[in-house]
Amino acid sequence: MIEQTNAESHLLTVNGLTVEYWTRRGKIRAVENASFTLDRRETLGVVGESGSGKSTLGLSLIKLVPYPGRIVSGDINLEGQNIRRMKDEEMRDVRGRRISYVFQDPMTSLNPVEKIKDHFVELIQTHEPKVSKTQALERANQLFRDVGIQEERISDYPHQLSGGMRQRVMIALALALNPSVIIADEPTTALDVVVQAKILDLLNTLRDRYGMALILITHDLSIVLQRSDKIIVMYAGRIVEYASSVDLYSSTQHPYSQGLLNSIPNIELIDQKLEAIEGSPPDLLNPPKGCRFWPRCSFAMPECRIEEPPLFETKKNHLVRCYLYKDETNDQ
Amino acid sequence: MMGGSSTKKNMFSRLVPLLTSLARRGLAGWFIAIGLIMVIAIVVMTMLAPWISPHDPSAIEMGPLLSPPSSQFPFGTNKLGQDMLSRVISGGGIMIQVALLSVVICMAGGIPIGLLSSYTGGILDRILCLIMDSIYAFPGLVLAIAIALMLGRGVVNMALSIAVVYVPSYFRVIRSQVLSIKEMAYVEAANAIGAKGHTILSRYILPNVIPSIIVVATVNFADAILTAAGLTFIGLGVSVDIPDWGYDLTVGRTLLTTGVWWVIAFPGIMVVLLALGFTLMGEGLSELWNPRLEQ
Amino acid sequence: MTSDEILRVEHLKKYFPVEKGFLERLLTTSRRFVKAVDDISFSINKGEVFSLVGESGCGKSTTGRLVVRLIEPTAGQVFFEQKNITEIEKGAFREYRRKLQIIFQDPYASLNPRMKVGQAVGHPLEIHHLEKGDEERKKVLEILQRVGLTPPEQFINLYPHQLSGGQRQRIAMARSIILNPEFIVADEPVSMIDVSLRTTIIDLMLELRKEFDLTYLFITHDLAIAKYISHRIAIMYLGKIVEMGDKNEIFSNPMHPYTQALMSSIPVPNPERKRKAIELKGEVSSAIDIPKGCRFNPRCPYADKKCKAAEPELIPVKPNHLVSCYQTKA
Repeated sequence: MIEQTNAESHLLTVNGLTVEYWTRRGKIRAVENASFTLDRRETLGVVGESGSGKSTLGLSLIKLVPYPGRIVSGDINLEGQNIRRMKDEEMRDVRGRRISYVFQDPMTSLNPVEKIKDHFVELIQTHEPKVSKTQALERANQLFRDVGIQEERISDYPHQLSGGMRQRVMIALALALNPSVIIADEPTTALDVVVQAKILDLLNTLRDRYGMALILITHDLSIVLQRSDKIIVMYAGRIVEYASSVDLYSSTQHPYSQGLLNSIPNIELIDQKLEAIEGSPPDLLNPPKGCRFWPRCSFAMPECRIEEPPLFETKKNHLVRCYLYKDETNDQ
Repeated sequence: MMGGSSTKKNMFSRLVPLLTSLARRGLAGWFIAIGLIMVIAIVVMTMLAPWISPHDPSAIEMGPLLSPPSSQFPFGTNKLGQDMLSRVISGGGIMIQVALLSVVICMAGGIPIGLLSSYTGGILDRILCLIMDSIYAFPGLVLAIAIALMLGRGVVNMALSIAVVYVPSYFRVIRSQVLSIKEMAYVEAANAIGAKGHTILSRYILPNVIPSIIVVATVNFADAILTAAGLTFIGLGVSVDIPDWGYDLTVGRTLLTTGVWWVIAFPGIMVVLLALGFTLMGEGLSELWNPRLEQ
Repeated sequence: MTSDEILRVEHLKKYFPVEKGFLERLLTTSRRFVKAVDDISFSINKGEVFSLVGESGCGKSTTGRLVVRLIEPTAGQVFFEQKNITEIEKGAFREYRRKLQIIFQDPYASLNPRMKVGQAVGHPLEIHHLEKGDEERKKVLEILQRVGLTPPEQFINLYPHQLSGGQRQRIAMARSIILNPEFIVADEPVSMIDVSLRTTIIDLMLELRKEFDLTYLFITHDLAIAKYISHRIAIMYLGKIVEMGDKNEIFSNPMHPYTQALMSSIPVPNPERKRKAIELKGEVSSAIDIPKGCRFNPRCPYADKKCKAAEPELIPVKPNHLVSCYQTKA
């Protein structure tokens, strides 16, 4: 089982986070009992498909889970401070300044009737009222240099910029207040592959330069394998595997992770035999009893249908939620 | 929807599960349920009038003339000594008929025109849009009056004048829906499998436009009721033999200045309740089918 | 034209007029166009899987729609089974729709929300006056079974919103093959489906190909999937084909700088393979103001004077490998 980690030793510590949506048709557990840690200059990849809860997890870290969602239990510790318990006003200070979020679709996140420079000035002055407009613009120009956009574009409106540039503006806005953590939710889905690579490189460069931590939320396992230090694999709201990217690749343990890895076409392989995972993700209103994955698992055992497996630590910092590994735990 | 109590028992048995499932759908469901109950209650009351009204609504000199509400005549009596309660119970018939007829005419005309115009586009669409916008720009009641003046009295004519006023609303709603549905992949797919225009309209577009049409229809009903009352108010209604809320509203208005409030009040409340019932249904359906963005 | 060819496209163009603002309309007479497809030619052999690959905006989806005549070309011809189908009058073309089908990208939008599954899948039969009633039902059940929706009886009375994305895509496929077509355009059929389910859909498509003797024009932005599924591929950029040929040849020996950049940018699911992506300057130009000369030159690391002056032709560098670039060493 996961040891209760010392909240002060990591930049971000999440313990037992559970998020539910209370809809008219019933309660949906979008995230259940999620725990992980994150340090500076580290990238955490959160990978999962539809219904996995990865976006909800990201939003819950800045407490922006949309109605009718609510955080039901768990702790979120940022630099030793429990932000889950914070009131709205305190949280508004955290958002953008200590934890930033880069949304998936830059077009709808930017105000179409405001010039880009106004976005920056507004953001900076809201959180740091003492900063003058000139100073704010100077910072914006520096950020533009960081993200690789020509300074003149700062006077443009969002629709005058291309998709890739808009995404870079979003990243620059996320950096503007020097946060400790940046959460990027599917930062490259709307972009072409060449620009995608540039943006992801950029995020890692900036992470190192400013000593931040980065959380990459995506459905693309290839991206997180290549660009994160550790990975959380989510399925139906649960963390099913938590390991470094090297470990996840060389000793993939959870059947879902294996299935996912085997279903991705690898451009470097010749005559690859792709595999599929039978079935489809469960209805979260009526999830299967026991392990959420058992209906699709080729290794399902009788105990899988009865009770959900806990996370087993098979080696240091490699956790997997699967009864196949119950005898391999590395418990202290 | 005629007579017998057995048919009514049938309806009720289907009604109860419908209402309970609506109540489960949140506020919108409540709106629809309440609106539905109001409308059905009033319609049933009107239909059962011959049996439930305490006196003959047309019989004159039932009691003292212009007497205020009392235990004998809970809604008072009018100038001719007619029992207002009985008149209120029986007076909805004309209004409901007019409203129903106008909605039917409107749909029969507005739906095909709307569908065809927006689907084919081009010059036809431009011209129709112009015509519809012009009609729409007129204040409804004024236009209805003008048409009623031309056509004369009678239930059908009233219905027609209201229908003409309302066709643009259907046209607009249908048009905006069709324009967006036309671009959807499933319409492209219908083309790709070889469906002809009329098939696409009838099986792919129309079924997806119907929810909006129904919402417009409920508002149409409410508006028709009020317009019918208005037309009768100024004397363009039907003849005076049959008890009619609209007529009582007219008569009651002049009596109001003499302090006789009950002749206009009770029919007035009924008109408002009926219109409200339809409006609630419309609001509820609209919310149910096109929920607001907050959620 | 060899007898193996089932489809041939010659100098196909599609220009979309750009809406002009009010003042513009008053003051100028020139028209501007989005040149979505700007003179492409290719052919597909019977039984082949031919992939058209490119980023969004390159014109690949438009090409797919042109081939099945969901939109009309501005110029150029499409030949299907040696017949020029671009010249056939719209009404007469309807019978070709039995042979030329298309599957769309978005499983949530390509099914009529108000039509039950059974009705949707059987509708093509009704339209073309084939089976009706019980016969129709039998055929529908058969096809649903074939695309993996079992037991089929359970599905025919469901509405699309009751099904998952993967199931809807199977229904879309069932609808396309129930007429026993010969050629199917698949427009990004799996890009909106969960990664772990994509293989099942792609494998299904390959099985159906064998069983029904189909030919596919497979449109995608995902080079990795194109590599997995195709025999031949063509890479599109800004309305033109920049490289085309046998799949293995192109993947082992990409020659066009754009193809090379694309291939180097695709993430590989292996943390130890730190690929160095080839950097391209800038972003894709607008399809309204296409750069003079080779349309890729503003971004190309090798562009020189020649590239900026005139557009290169798509010429064979090897028998099964065509490139349009001045800088390739032939």
